[in-house]
Amino acid sequence: MEELSAKDLRERIAAGRITSVEATGAVFGRIDEREPVIGAYLSTYRETALARAAEVDRRIAAGEQVGQLAGVPVAIKDNMCSMFGATTCASRILENFHSPYNATVVKKLLAADAVIVGKTNMDEFAMGSSTENSGLKQTVNPWDTSRVPGGSSGGSAAAVAGRLCYAALGSDTGGSIRQPASFCGVVGLKPTYGRVSRYGLVAYGSSLDQIGPITQTVTDAALMMNVIAGHDPADSTSVDEAVAPVCDYLARLDEPVENLRIGIVPQLNSGADESVQRALNAAIDVYKAAGADIVEVDMPHSDYAIGAYYIIATAEASSNLARYDGVHYGHRSDKAEDYVEVYSKSRAEAFGKEVKRRIMLGTYALSSGYYDAYYLKALKVRNLIRRDFTEAFEKCDCIMMPVAPTTAFKLGEKVDDPLTMYLSDVYTIAANLAGIPGISIPCGFDENNLPIGLQILAPAFAEDKLLRIAKMFEAETDLHRKKPTIV
Amino acid sequence: MSDFQHKVIVGLEIHVQLCTRSKMFCGCAVAFGEQANSRVCPVCLGMPGVLPVMNKQAFEYAVLVGLALNCEIPSFTKWDRKSYYYPDLPKNYQISQYDLPLAKDGFIQIPPAGGKKAKGKDEADSAQSKRIGIIRAHLEEDAGKNLHTAGNFSSVDLNRTGTPLLEIVSEPDLSGGAEARALAVELQRIVRYLGVSEGDMQKGQMRFEPNINLVITKDGKEFKTPIVEVKNLNSFRALERSIDYEVQRQLDEFLETGLVLEMGNKTTRGWDDEREVTVLQREKEEAHDYRYFPEPDLVPVELTDAWLDEIRGRLCELPLARQVRYVEEYKLSDYDAGVLTGERGTADFFESAVATGGEPKRVCNLLTQVGLKLANEKGCGVDELGVTAQSVADLAGMVALGDVSAGAAAAIFEAMAETGKEPRLLADELSLIQKSDAGELEAMVDEVLAANPQAVKDVTSGGKKSKKARGFLLGQVMQKTKGQANPKVVSEIIARKFG
Ligand SMILES: [Zn+2]
Repeated sequence: MEELSAKDLRERIAAGRITSVEATGAVFGRIDEREPVIGAYLSTYRETALARAAEVDRRIAAGEQVGQLAGVPVAIKDNMCSMFGATTCASRILENFHSPYNATVVKKLLAADAVIVGKTNMDEFAMGSSTENSGLKQTVNPWDTSRVPGGSSGGSAAAVAGRLCYAALGSDTGGSIRQPASFCGVVGLKPTYGRVSRYGLVAYGSSLDQIGPITQTVTDAALMMNVIAGHDPADSTSVDEAVAPVCDYLARLDEPVENLRIGIVPQLNSGADESVQRALNAAIDVYKAAGADIVEVDMPHSDYAIGAYYIIATAEASSNLARYDGVHYGHRSDKAEDYVEVYSKSRAEAFGKEVKRRIMLGTYALSSGYYDAYYLKALKVRNLIRRDFTEAFEKCDCIMMPVAPTTAFKLGEKVDDPLTMYLSDVYTIAANLAGIPGISIPCGFDENNLPIGLQILAPAFAEDKLLRIAKMFEAETDLHRKKPTIV
Repeated sequence: MSDFQHKVIVGLEIHVQLCTRSKMFCGCAVAFGEQANSRVCPVCLGMPGVLPVMNKQAFEYAVLVGLALNCEIPSFTKWDRKSYYYPDLPKNYQISQYDLPLAKDGFIQIPPAGGKKAKGKDEADSAQSKRIGIIRAHLEEDAGKNLHTAGNFSSVDLNRTGTPLLEIVSEPDLSGGAEARALAVELQRIVRYLGVSEGDMQKGQMRFEPNINLVITKDGKEFKTPIVEVKNLNSFRALERSIDYEVQRQLDEFLETGLVLEMGNKTTRGWDDEREVTVLQREKEEAHDYRYFPEPDLVPVELTDAWLDEIRGRLCELPLARQVRYVEEYKLSDYDAGVLTGERGTADFFESAVATGGEPKRVCNLLTQVGLKLANEKGCGVDELGVTAQSVADLAGMVALGDVSAGAAAAIFEAMAETGKEPRLLADELSLIQKSDAGELEAMVDEVLAANPQAVKDVTSGGKKSKKARGFLLGQVMQKTKGQANPKVVSEIIARKFG
């Protein structure tokens, strides 16, 4: 049963061949066994999950219609608001925060009859690339427990890789789904900005954040998209379906894309480790063998992406995180003498170092006299990067590149070197700046048997095509079936 | 000291709460006086993960005001975040509009301040209305209220949080407290006419913040005093008084210290309603950095021509234009026209009564002297008294024909409001039909003359006493007829007797 994909499990549950209670019970058995080492979850809900599983089983036995994720144990990142349990963002400032409402994606998962087993660890407020910035817990990489799972959705990626759930949701502001998926040898999809509702996703960089699936297979990513994609009237930035209709992402998934033209950006790839480059080239060879054409494309403004990204993301974050002030909810300092101290002391006590660093960067970038030089300029760069992609996609259907320059690094290796950490986002952030979808799929291993991801980027709202392209590779290889040592 | 003059310069910022069904960015009802924190939801509480959704009605209301203020309405406008920390602002930023307001470069015509009581050529007054420039008008969300309760704690009521708030900024075209008041009154009339706000100051639906300074000419040189902003005024009176107070205070201060306007020496003062003085709140404009940036959670608003036309279609004739028209078309005094156009309901009712045949001046008298008083007592509009425009027109006709006296008409009006009956019916029921039959009245005059020889003597003797005695005789006849005699007819008969 552990071998099954989410889609296969769902089919067996719906057919009555396995019960959801069995599947959910087995997941909790594995959690009991492996979670003490992996540390993927900030909270788990054994009783409510099993009760829900039993309810799904009962409905199936009664011949009722059930949803697309009926009985499937899934996990969500702890920055998605849920009325069950806490919603902490892995921050001490929200450690005991209980949301009075469900995020739209949580509602959608529940409506699809998924069984939510827990909420996963992350870098505090999604700020980080290793999950080491969690204020509450350490998560390790199931492939090598001395290494990071990536971040910020490290808990979700580790949970899927460790088979502690069948699928999970992450959020991606600058690579936070794709990079941990790459580090953990699983599939991670960042949809187009506006494709999935952000309502209830605790904001980090509002114009960049997007929720997406982390799964074992491309098929499961398509299945998850079928559940979570679509317009939400509660999110003004979610795209009207008249403009960009959602489709059944599973329907044509197995059809290879004909006359596929793959764009590559040679000058970018050279920055990655040799093992990463080798895996990338091998993956591209697989596509070539399937008849794809390779075209070189230019990304003239990619050098400025990291700078622009860290200005826009931190500027938005400095404003988004202003509400955590100890006044209305969350941690409040007991040392405050007046209301200004309620703000300053509560925030000083409960925010982690990286969060403070980004708030200060963002506050500075928005300050009067600096706005034009930083924020406004970053917006201009963003437009240029968008244009780079638009022009590139006139020549190709997708662009392939590494997800990260390296495989999973050692715990503690980069914590004291934020700049190096920031630079590790070099391949992923452009998609967030441009708002386009990107996926990471397992494409090989390095000399330490650590997984390497292949990143595929596609034009806005072309998730269906993107998934089909990813599926072409998956169909030709068995990399997605490789299991980490701990499993 | 011969060469010393000063000119007052006042600009006004006005906040108007819009009376939409729901708040600016969430579905909560806009409410006043409800239990604290009972009209809130995750969005207006600024909970983690929530997102705003623009209230289209609020946007349209704001555009409507912009149109009424003769503003340019750009086809593209956006939202910005204005950051500052305060407990009544749960997100610690306010969604507002910074560089692209939804309305700009307009003006408002205001009646001349204090000119309404001018006698004689009333008509000229409205024509002399003054034009005050409007720099911009933009929408934002209101904050909550900090309630400073006893002890070590303050509490916060967030019912008001997220109420649509229209901020209107005038050019510094106002010459003092009286003009500022006139603008405020006119704007209140306008928003009420448009039905976009009740403009109730007791409920904080209109708030004023004047910026005041003086240009002083002394010995051929010009000096500007430092600008003072008076915060959060919520009555016309406070607005006018605080400005007048500031003018005097700034004059005194200048004479004492010679302090002049410089970068950064703008101060903020509050108004002490009891002592009627302004009080320093913030010395120097603290380097306020609101760190404005475009609100990433909302898409910009693109106002198409069709949409703008649709909103324009909801404009109505504005109060001042209506007031001027009443003077021209109905030959009413400017004062009466101003009273009738004070509320749209009153003006509409007046026009209906005129349309059904009422003589404008008489309808006006009935409404201004009786109807409005009655409505005021009952706390409703003239149009809500249960009296039809037709019956007011009929009543005015009866007065015109001399069938009832002005005093009787008032009684009939009140009875109409009470019973909803027709005026003629009520006049009969209450025996208020005036006796105008000269024959019948002449006999009574004769009786009164016979019974009051001293008065008759006083009349014939002429002089001072004569006039008084005539009045006395008229009063006697009126008394005899229980007030139903037409005093005009009686006076004529008495005059004839003394031919
Ligand atoms: Zn609300």
